[in-house]
Amino acid sequence: MNAPTYNFAYLDEQTKRMIRRAILKAIAIPGYQVPFASREMPMPYGWGTGGVQVTAAILGPVDKLKVIDQGSDDTTNAISIRKFFEKTAGVAVTTSTGEATVIQTRHRIPEATLQAHQVLVYQVPIPEPLRFLEPRETETRRMHALGEYGLIHVKLYEDIARFGHIATAYAYPVKVNARYVMDPSPTPKFDNPKMNNSAALQLFGAGREKRIYAIPPYTSVVSLDFEDHPFEPYKHKACCALCNAEDSYLDEIVTDNKGSRMFVCSDTDYCETRQSDGHRGSENAAPYAESANA
Amino acid sequence: MTTVAEMPAGFADKVLAAQSTFRSVMDAMARPGTVQRIQAVSGVPAPMMRGAAAIALTLFDQDTPVWLDTRLAATMDVAKWIKFHTSAPVIADPAVCAFAVVADPAALPSFEHFAFGSGEYPDRSTTIILQVAGLTEGPAYELRGPGIDGATILRAAIGVPDLLDRLALNASLFPRGIDLVLVSGESIVALPRTTRLVAKEG
Amino acid sequence: MYVAVKGGERAIENAHRLLAHERRGDRDVPEVSLAQISNQLGLAVDRVMTEGSLYDRELAALAIKQARGDMIEAIFLLRAFRATLPRFGSSEPVDTSQMQVRRRVSSTFKDMPGGQVLGPTFDYTHRLLDPVLTGESSPEQPAVVTGAEPGIMPRVTDILGRDGLIEASPAEDPEKPVGDLTRDALSFPADRDLRLQNLARADEGFLLSLGYSSQRGYGRNHPFAGEIRLGEVEVEFMAEDVGFAVPLGSITLTECQMVNQFKGSDTEAPCFTRGYGLAFGQSERKVMSMALVDRTLRARELGEDIKAPAQDEEFVMSHSDNVQATGFVEHLKLPHYVDFQSELGLLRKLRKEFADANETPVALQEAAE
Repeated sequence: MNAPTYNFAYLDEQTKRMIRRAILKAIAIPGYQVPFASREMPMPYGWGTGGVQVTAAILGPVDKLKVIDQGSDDTTNAISIRKFFEKTAGVAVTTSTGEATVIQTRHRIPEATLQAHQVLVYQVPIPEPLRFLEPRETETRRMHALGEYGLIHVKLYEDIARFGHIATAYAYPVKVNARYVMDPSPTPKFDNPKMNNSAALQLFGAGREKRIYAIPPYTSVVSLDFEDHPFEPYKHKACCALCNAEDSYLDEIVTDNKGSRMFVCSDTDYCETRQSDGHRGSENAAPYAESANA
Repeated sequence: MTTVAEMPAGFADKVLAAQSTFRSVMDAMARPGTVQRIQAVSGVPAPMMRGAAAIALTLFDQDTPVWLDTRLAATMDVAKWIKFHTSAPVIADPAVCAFAVVADPAALPSFEHFAFGSGEYPDRSTTIILQVAGLTEGPAYELRGPGIDGATILRAAIGVPDLLDRLALNASLFPRGIDLVLVSGESIVALPRTTRLVAKEG
Repeated sequence: MYVAVKGGERAIENAHRLLAHERRGDRDVPEVSLAQISNQLGLAVDRVMTEGSLYDRELAALAIKQARGDMIEAIFLLRAFRATLPRFGSSEPVDTSQMQVRRRVSSTFKDMPGGQVLGPTFDYTHRLLDPVLTGESSPEQPAVVTGAEPGIMPRVTDILGRDGLIEASPAEDPEKPVGDLTRDALSFPADRDLRLQNLARADEGFLLSLGYSSQRGYGRNHPFAGEIRLGEVEVEFMAEDVGFAVPLGSITLTECQMVNQFKGSDTEAPCFTRGYGLAFGQSERKVMSMALVDRTLRARELGEDIKAPAQDEEFVMSHSDNVQATGFVEHLKLPHYVDFQSELGLLRKLRKEFADANETPVALQEAAE
């Protein structure tokens, strides 16, 4: 039998070269989706194969890797991916945002400001920001080529006409370096401002859709909006029940059968760091009624 | 003439050296103007620089047609070394090359000879690896663009005539365009198509 | 008090142990061997090899065993292994006219050189559950034809082609190497080489439904099963060093050539058109569906109106891969707390505004503008 043996960081060198070339072009053309010959990875498509391939292509023995899903190091998929790299690359791992050199994420940007020596790798399900307006790749590619983004503005404006607001709460489209409209992956729009002018390099990998794109450090990233309806990041009117943070994105936890709710930081490292610095929240869950608290 | 049996070694540890070289190139591309160091390669045939050779070992393969300038193509040594170590096809037509390696900046063909990519696929463009005399001394340029916090100064003896005019043309084509990696010995600086250069006095 | 959810690592390990336990099942029942799977569930192995894009019966059997019989999971396992294999080059095109045929049927001619060979087929079995198979079975040895011709017979489409009744197979173009969508990301419009590769890897059920839809009128093109053949062919590899093609071994293939409605123009005499299907092992449903869909996807090339899903190459090729499809469908199991919270926040805001507005109709009016 052809007994399987695997390379450092799983991918074979030819695959890494192909991904590395795509990453370089992605950095040179900020926000443009570079097609790449995504491989079948040993985890399912849609579970972070794009992010995993990007991470595998950049990771080295001196790196410290952090993996988060929904802001947490402890969710099952984050653990599974972290274990994968521990096993295949023998790389050091950490849960500390500050200590990490490479952070792979699904759906969140850490609360702590990222630094110049760090790379943030996003897992992306649908990289095409125009996909739900125009399902055809041939069409969306033409729109990007011409910088023709009327369609997405029409969609956002229709929201305003219908709901009084832009009804996009996550994967909120941005314009990168005043040229390409880009999907930030399904991060909450709360996180959008963190992408702008970041000191860290941001790489995006979409495995199933076979695209890699990037935001270089210190690059303008503007959330699409209108003069009379400016972009506003959503935030709970609450603070974290564990660390009392007022500036973090919160998860809502249902604590009993009566529907009591508690709000806690989605970024577990941020929350734990604050707690160890002596910050304490109310630790209370309060009964919650939609009408009263909406 | 070198035969395959005499062909000098590439990287000592292929996997890790390629990773570390790539990270240097990635950092250079992400932070235009910064000087990055590259892992040494032994046995590089002249006039190819060690930095250019390391990039070749890291990024070239059978899927990347490579074009060599007249100086590098003067003997077969460089082409042979590239073919042996990377399997990359060395081709005569720069218009379809993924990488161009240039040892004589003064004779750099105009950018129109290379691939700019298309509007739909601007990534299908040439990356020029340009060997230059120095990346710390020489005329000063002010750089702006993605990857640069405001502005940065690069002092480099690049040696390409009409460099700023060529880069201005490149800028006007965006998102199509050529990306440059400058190499001097084991140091590299990248100038992706988004970087804007202005000559600085002094 | 709320304690942040911890212990995911333990949970994963325990889940894997439980899975291994369930896979093994009752330990008093003997474990199924790879040879048993490969021999007695051969068609499952054939499908996994075909959609897994790897001809290795033993590994495919292992994948089926490991996947507890879940075919898409087994295909996924094989694909993930394949993705790590180094590539030495591509084989020479296989010549199915030189196939050692074990089964060959045509619906277009009653008889032709080589004749109709039924071979091992379910076709004329009565679908009655066979109680004999509940225990050990010892079927009769197959009938042996003495003095039979070697199983090489001309392809029906070659017979039609000799008279120009069917369009010629596209000739090899040395300037244009055959594409490989596992090495280059797909871009559209895609040529037939890439389409066929995509269809060969495509989910059998998806192709079956699409092919069926074309038969029912959604992109109809009047197909006849020109020929379906099953047998063994030699695979050869051109070794640059020695300068000639070296045989690598023989593989089992099923091929289907559909003969479809004709084309023609002022300058070209009308002739039948082709739809093509090829798969590893015995995979008849797959190759027939593939041939139907290959033909419907040629609409653009043959100047037909593209109206039905089966004619739409972006639609078909983007959704045919079951490993991709299952990953994305099943990823909905992953946590989406963060996006959900964001939507929830927005929904609450909109509902509050709606409630406020309904108390004061003027505001609603304004919001609607």
